Amino acid sequence: MKALMQELRENALNAISDAESIDSLDALRVRYLGKKGELTAILKQMGKLSAEERPVMGQLANQIRSDLEASIENTRKRLEAAALEARLQMETLDVTIPAKELKLGHKHPMYMALDEIKDIFVGMGFTVLDGPEVELASYNFDKLNAEEGHPSRDWSDTFYFDEDSRVMLRSQTSPMQVRAMETMPLPIRIIAPGRVYRKDEVDATHSPMFHQVEGMVIDKNVTMADLKGTLNAVMEQLFGEGTVTRFRPHHFPFTEPSCEMDVQCHKCGGKGCPTCKGEGWIEVLGAGMIHPHVLEMSGIDPEEYTGWAFGMGLERLAMRRFKISDLRLIFENDVRFLEQF
Amino acid sequence: MNLSRKWLNEFVKIDVGSRDFAEAMTLSGSKVEVTEELGAEIENVKVGKVLSMAKHPNSDHMWICRIDVGEDSPVQIVTGAWNVHVGDLVPTALHKSHLPGGKVIEKGKLRGEESFGMLCSLKELGLDERDFPYAVISAAAVLGDYHPLDKAKPSVSPDIKAGDTIFGSVKAALVTSVESVGVNLFKLGLDCEKACEVVTPCQNVHVGDLVAYDTAKDKVCTLADLHAKQEEFPHCIEDGIFILHEDGIAPGDDIRPVIGADDSVVEFEITPNRPDCLSVIGLAREASATFDAPLTLHEPQVKGGAEGSLSELLKVEVPASDLCPRYTARMVRNVRIAPSPKWMRERLRAMGVRPINNIVDITNYVMMEYGQPMHAFDYRYVKGGKIIVRRAQDGEELTTLDGNLRKLNSNMLVIADDTRAVGLAGIMGGLNSEIVGDTVDVVFESATFDGTCIRKGALALGMRTEASAKFEKGLDPMNTLPAVNRACELVEMLGAGDVLDGVIDVYDKLPEPTVLDLRPDKINALLGTDIPTAEMVSILRKLGFGVDGETVTVPSWRGDVKHYSDLAEEVARFHGYNNIPCTLVSGETTRGGYSAAQKLEQQLGSICRAAGYDEIITYSFISSSYYDKIRWAADDERRQSFKILNPLGEDTSIMRTTVLPSMLEILVRNYNYRNKSVRLYELGRTYALGGEDGLAIERKVLSLGAYGGGMDFFRLKGLVEAVLDSIRAKDVSYKACRTNPSYHPGRCAEVYVGERLIGVFGQIHPLVASNYGVDAEFYCAELSFEALMASVGEDPTYVPLPRFPAVTRDIALVCDAGIPVAELKRCIMENGGEYLVGCNLFDIYTGSHIADGKKSVAFSLTMRAKDQTLTDEHAEETVANVLSALAEKLGAIIR
Repeated sequence: MKALMQELRENALNAISDAESIDSLDALRVRYLGKKGELTAILKQMGKLSAEERPVMGQLANQIRSDLEASIENTRKRLEAAALEARLQMETLDVTIPAKELKLGHKHPMYMALDEIKDIFVGMGFTVLDGPEVELASYNFDKLNAEEGHPSRDWSDTFYFDEDSRVMLRSQTSPMQVRAMETMPLPIRIIAPGRVYRKDEVDATHSPMFHQVEGMVIDKNVTMADLKGTLNAVMEQLFGEGTVTRFRPHHFPFTEPSCEMDVQCHKCGGKGCPTCKGEGWIEVLGAGMIHPHVLEMSGIDPEEYTGWAFGMGLERLAMRRFKISDLRLIFENDVRFLEQF
Repeated sequence: MNLSRKWLNEFVKIDVGSRDFAEAMTLSGSKVEVTEELGAEIENVKVGKVLSMAKHPNSDHMWICRIDVGEDSPVQIVTGAWNVHVGDLVPTALHKSHLPGGKVIEKGKLRGEESFGMLCSLKELGLDERDFPYAVISAAAVLGDYHPLDKAKPSVSPDIKAGDTIFGSVKAALVTSVESVGVNLFKLGLDCEKACEVVTPCQNVHVGDLVAYDTAKDKVCTLADLHAKQEEFPHCIEDGIFILHEDGIAPGDDIRPVIGADDSVVEFEITPNRPDCLSVIGLAREASATFDAPLTLHEPQVKGGAEGSLSELLKVEVPASDLCPRYTARMVRNVRIAPSPKWMRERLRAMGVRPINNIVDITNYVMMEYGQPMHAFDYRYVKGGKIIVRRAQDGEELTTLDGNLRKLNSNMLVIADDTRAVGLAGIMGGLNSEIVGDTVDVVFESATFDGTCIRKGALALGMRTEASAKFEKGLDPMNTLPAVNRACELVEMLGAGDVLDGVIDVYDKLPEPTVLDLRPDKINALLGTDIPTAEMVSILRKLGFGVDGETVTVPSWRGDVKHYSDLAEEVARFHGYNNIPCTLVSGETTRGGYSAAQKLEQQLGSICRAAGYDEIITYSFISSSYYDKIRWAADDERRQSFKILNPLGEDTSIMRTTVLPSMLEILVRNYNYRNKSVRLYELGRTYALGGEDGLAIERKVLSLGAYGGGMDFFRLKGLVEAVLDSIRAKDVSYKACRTNPSYHPGRCAEVYVGERLIGVFGQIHPLVASNYGVDAEFYCAELSFEALMASVGEDPTYVPLPRFPAVTRDIALVCDAGIPVAELKRCIMENGGEYLVGCNLFDIYTGSHIADGKKSVAFSLTMRAKDQTLTDEHAEETVANVLSALAEKLGAIIR
């Protein structure tokens, strides 16, 4: 009997380790360990054994049962692992196949540049203003010191809606300075982005409609040093830390002193190259201390308050930032262009 | 404004390179655009002396020259020009030399003869005869060059010899000797029957040539004298080498200083407030302050003494004194018109002005130097000896110096005599009083005019001139007298005429100088600096300001300085803008931030982009014909638009009252570019009549447009829903809109929040698409930003999640095909009682098993109780209530 049991053990272990599927493994369990299985059948003959032999055989039978069970469990794990492996193998994808499209829209590059500027100024406590594009000449010109006879008032430069040149398309965002001064409590810190219009034929650098952002600060003890410090900080945020700038004297009717601000050419570091037309510097904006007469015209006492203002072209900024070569692309709105940003 | 560095150095010695000069001037406020080195293109071109000339053995017209260029041995150069003679000094481009236009000269062989360079013409050096009037070439008809037009019938016999008659008194003569007897003058020895001598200006004659000699007139004939055509004498041309007649030059000299090409010309961008800087003296003053170098100005000295009395010869009346603050004039008699001297021509040329003759050149020279435009006119054409400065009569005509007839109006100012206009004040002289070769007496006018009048006149006539560009900025009336005196001084210096004593000077009142308080503390407070008063005073004095204690007297040429802030700018410019410290805004803090409307704008953009829509920017102006394209009725009130009176073109002539055409234009453009799938959005403005102060009512519209990539009505509706959902709008409804002419009548909806119309969307009407020349399904939406803003729902508050499970029941209904789904749904929701919480459409079917005119619509109903698990009975009861209401109210029965 012992030999019989040993033989069963050998056969069963071989069969179990050869099993190739969970199903055949289950069948082997039934065959050897089931109620009608072979081991049970052998154990049924235990009664024929002597009292001495019985516990020995009983122990052996239990040993065999636990060996077979362990073997079945091992094999099951192996088979399951193999089955999982096979399934994963089968489910393997070519991950280089193009994705199922999740198409996001794109912000226009001009607005990307503008939003960046807005965020910078809002972070410094500025309010963003919006105002009319169909504007009174008195706001666009008179109250900004550009008196009757100023060349920019010519019909060759500015769009008008009436023969008296009273209502026009604003040619700059600067009238928002006046509107802010007339309506807002002091101190004032605003920026005012928006569309402006000039009578320029369309070409690679001109458009009859484009965008500017105006900025203005009015408070007691505001200085030109503040103007420089603030605009330098803005340029560092726009163009990166360590951006080198310079200020040049210039002329605007509504600021005095006036200046233009240049940023050192990123490409050549100021040596002069085609990007900066050999100058080493790229003009970014015009600015200045608000003319005392302009403050006065809007009811602010220039002896008590001073202010600074700037105006900046946005298309040019976006074009520089994204290396866009032709202004017409900005207004053409070809999706192959828009979707690059 | 161009500036010759050489000319500048007459007033202030600045010894720095071009780059440093440009940088320093730019930073002190005179922006340098570009610096042109005049001789930069010319390299290795020298003065050469012709040592010998021999006919080229293999050519009928070329010469082989040996040229001394200051080196050990002469160089051989072949030339085709005939005006060269032994002993001439000529510009010689040597091997590997450079000429204007990027031309490179190298040695080579010309018909077998080596040539180590090139002799240069004026043109090859970038010059013309106005720069060197003596370099005009005249050519004799050399008979050896004769090529008959008709070989069978030559006008000159091929075997003609000295002494033969050509016609009349013109005979063939052999040149036996050529001797230079002055600039462009040659004494020729001729053999014509007998030996004789003749002096000729023709430069193309050499010993051994046979020429046509007019024995009666004693002259060598030119082509014109023979009535010959150029092609008959192809090499007897009025062109050739530039023969130099300059003092103090020698073989080997660099050609650049000889022709004045050793100057730098700096181009400045001068701001309109600084007309004083449109002059050499004005810029010299700036340069002097910039480089802290002494300024040497010069007081014109006029000897005068010409015969006659100015007051008897000339009277000036200024009836339009409001437009002519000062009119100054002097007279020059016995004018000798001639080319001006080389130094003057060179300076004019460097500044971009063509030399003409001494008198005209003097007026231009003074304009450049003093910034005061001058005009010279011929006295004999000033009828009645009287100059009248008056407004033109409407319709009055004047032919200006450029030869154009101008029609004038009473807004323009003319210089007139008793009978007619002789000049357009401040813009251009009249042809009727032009300085010509036989002009004897000249009037120099030096005046100031009203800037706006000149600018508008020049603009109206389309003739902005160098003079008008200066006058329009408003010139300094104190400058007219020194300028006219300088002109007269130059006349005397050049020997161009005799200046009459006295000056005519007409003005109402000369301006008083502006006097300001210095206020150093205010200036430092404005700039944020700590500049000592002494530095401020020193800067102002360098610029010509008078400073006496705290009182500053502004010089007459600085009309732009009226206020302490203007003084602050002067101080800042020369203290250095870049020496002003950088500080951040101090003082009371402000809150800043975005308004609710600005936040909504950003939110709408984010939603559109999340849905795959790209942002666009369209022009705010359109053509009124675009309203036709979108099929608006001719009497549609929305056609009332702001019209631009001076538009760039019809397509940009009115302010849009709708964003639809702008969107369609971009969709069509993309469609024509064959972009397959396009989704676009813009938060654009419309401009309606009727705003405050005559301005526009400017409204923002969220404009959506799409085609391709499976685009259909419901996809667009999905985005509209998402937009409204994102602002938590309540009570959203959609109504079919069959009346909007721009949209497909069966695929267009209006969307409402409560009673408020938000906008319209749908498929663009096929006729609109065809108006744009495309056959495509375009989808657009126009949602009012104002209405969206007003529909923003309350901030959400948390609703507890359901604790009990829901029960669903599906129902399929059959009803009339015309009943909108929204109505069925409303009926279901209104009759579902307390347990019905949701109702979702999942199928619409027409076809077999459904009668014509009917449709099957299937909904899934969700029911839930708040306080218990819903029982089947409750669910059945709810469904039964719904079904009976549907049947009763809409005739919809369960399928």
